Amino acid sequence: MEDNNTPHSPGEPENEKGSTRRNFLKNIGLAGVGVATGAAALYSGHIFEAKKEVSGDQKVLLTQDGKLVQVDSLEIKAMEKTGVALHEMEGREGIPGRRWVMVTDLSKCRNARKCITACQDAHQLRPEQYHMNTLQMQDTPATAPYNIPKNCQHCDNPPCVAVCPVDATYKRQDGIVLIDNDRCIGCRFCMAACPYSARIFNWIEPKDAATHLDQEYNVELNVPQKLGTISKCLFSADRLREGKLPYCVEACPNGVYYFGDENEDAVTNGTTKETVRLSKLLRDNAGYQLMPELGTKPRVYYLPPKNRLFPFEAATETTPEKV
Amino acid sequence: MTTMDDNKLTFDKITSDLTHHIRINKGFLIWMGFLTVSLLVCLYAYSIQLKTGLGVAGIRDYVTWGMYLANFVFFVAASLIGMLISAVLGLIGMKWLTPITRIAETIAVAFAAVAGLVIVSDMGRPERLAYVFLYGRPQSPILWDVTVITTYFVLSLLLLFLPLIADMAIIHRKVDSLPSWLKPVYKVLSLNFTDNPAQNKIINRAIRILLILLIPAALSIHTVTSWLFAVTSRAGWDSTVFGPYFVSGAFVAGSAAVIIAMFFFRKNYKLQDYLTDLNFNNMGKVLATVSLVYLYFNLNEFLVPGYKLKRADAIHLQELFAGKDAILFWVVQIGGLILPILLMLFRRFRKPLPIMLISIAVLVAAWFKRYIIVIPTQEHPFLPIQHVPQNFVHYSPTLIETLISVAPFILVLIIITLISKFFPVIPLHETARERGIEHIKFD
Repeated sequence: MEDNNTPHSPGEPENEKGSTRRNFLKNIGLAGVGVATGAAALYSGHIFEAKKEVSGDQKVLLTQDGKLVQVDSLEIKAMEKTGVALHEMEGREGIPGRRWVMVTDLSKCRNARKCITACQDAHQLRPEQYHMNTLQMQDTPATAPYNIPKNCQHCDNPPCVAVCPVDATYKRQDGIVLIDNDRCIGCRFCMAACPYSARIFNWIEPKDAATHLDQEYNVELNVPQKLGTISKCLFSADRLREGKLPYCVEACPNGVYYFGDENEDAVTNGTTKETVRLSKLLRDNAGYQLMPELGTKPRVYYLPPKNRLFPFEAATETTPEKV
Repeated sequence: MTTMDDNKLTFDKITSDLTHHIRINKGFLIWMGFLTVSLLVCLYAYSIQLKTGLGVAGIRDYVTWGMYLANFVFFVAASLIGMLISAVLGLIGMKWLTPITRIAETIAVAFAAVAGLVIVSDMGRPERLAYVFLYGRPQSPILWDVTVITTYFVLSLLLLFLPLIADMAIIHRKVDSLPSWLKPVYKVLSLNFTDNPAQNKIINRAIRILLILLIPAALSIHTVTSWLFAVTSRAGWDSTVFGPYFVSGAFVAGSAAVIIAMFFFRKNYKLQDYLTDLNFNNMGKVLATVSLVYLYFNLNEFLVPGYKLKRADAIHLQELFAGKDAILFWVVQIGGLILPILLMLFRRFRKPLPIMLISIAVLVAAWFKRYIIVIPTQEHPFLPIQHVPQNFVHYSPTLIETLISVAPFILVLIIITLISKFFPVIPLHETARERGIEHIKFD
């Protein structure tokens, strides 16, 4: 019993035992190599597959140079922001795929001047400095007087950009004309060239300059304002980047302004937030541009002052103090 | 007496006549002292502007280009005379011009050099001047202006220098009134000139090339300067004749400046034998001729839009002819152009004193003409000026602005004084040649 139970009986051949162990070790080794190889293969396969992973959801995107491209949705990554340089580049190039456009309905303007103050607050402007100014006009003695909010027309053929000697003022792909006040030399050729008197100059130290000393310059908001350089309406480029309507458009209590994207053929009223077709709005209301005969191709449209909501009140001339 | 001695005598007399003003005397020091003090006062005014901004001037958002820019146009205009006298008339070969060429070139160099500084006084950010070269956009007429004015200045400087080489060789050997430390300077600048035919040939050829190059360069500077206005669509600037209008106006201003300078050099430097009544008479004819051409362009500039009376033009012309700017406009047009032309038709008004007085009237009017071209147009833009302070509506220059505008004139006087004090006002070598001295003996 005891003998039978002994695992190593003397009759067992030694070599058979050894060969089994050898085989075992051999098999282990082979399996190990196999597993390792397999794992390696699997791992590299996984890496490969991970790289090639597709959701099948293809997005159509517009590149910054205006080309349409198809990209899988998993490959779309948020753009890295690497400091000022990129910010400036963005500020120069504009928001891809957009063609901003403004429609000002003169039949609704009663010279509330809320747009003006909202704009001046946002851009750190003095009371006599207007990016947006409401003028009282009368085209002929026989026709009715009306209020006309006048800002930069963001011309598609901008005379100001043409004459700038240092590329300080420029036209972006989204239609906005901006000014880089770190570049402007203050020659004021752009002011002389602008037929709409849209540009202003920082003749004296800008408003509250001392309190804005540490503020980083934002080309899309044009603050802080800088002594000896130009300023003007920016279509609130900073707000557009956040998907919001411009300061003046939001501030109007009377629904004067529509703002939107020409590419989408849609503009939104800043007061009612109603979105309408741009082409239909212009067609139905006989939209027009200011001095189109000058060939400047403005991006601001006006709807004529007919069927007015408010009677025209001869505006009391609001004259800021001498500067 | 042999002919040789005769020549030598004449040459010595010419040399002493034309160089006796080259010395540092009391009058010169007092005059320079006065100019320097005046310049310092004006520079103090400019330092205020540098510190607090362009707001110290009367210019604001609507009249954004004021006296500074009118001044700039005037300086570019006055510098053009070098080209008319030396190049256009000189190439035709008019002998009576010889004693005037250096005066004309001196005025050209002084005004062209200072014009560049005048425009800096109009910059909101003068410390960024280098941006014009670093980030310059060739589409902008300012870039064209910078290019052609620099070119014209260099050409004019060379044209002033080349005929001076021979004169400096003479001065360094023959003039004793100068301090000894200055003599080597003349020696170096005379580039070993010994009046041999080979040297003369090179200099004459170089001058001829310069004279030819000077004509397109000069036409460019004032044509491009006129385009700073004409490329805009504003009434009063939106004109196709602005180029020739400015160029002909420049000849008027420059000729007047030359006549005034001639008169003072003749009197102060005792050059009556060289700047004769004939020179004044002929310069009077030149001034009358260019004024007539300018009158012709004025006619085009005002009559054609005045006939059509497009809305913006009508407002502009109304202001000029009968409105706010009418007095200035008519005084300038009649007193500075029409009346001088009528007077200069008579020989007796082309005598030195009367023609000098007429020239002063013409030159002053020429400055105010630039003022009329630059400012009124901006006071009535296409859209109304509303809800702004009164000083935005009407432009009136401030005292600081005026002082800063006077500075370039002082600078021009300093440059002209220095050039005329250290070099012969009348080309020495050329005058000697024309009086029959074939070869100057340097011993």
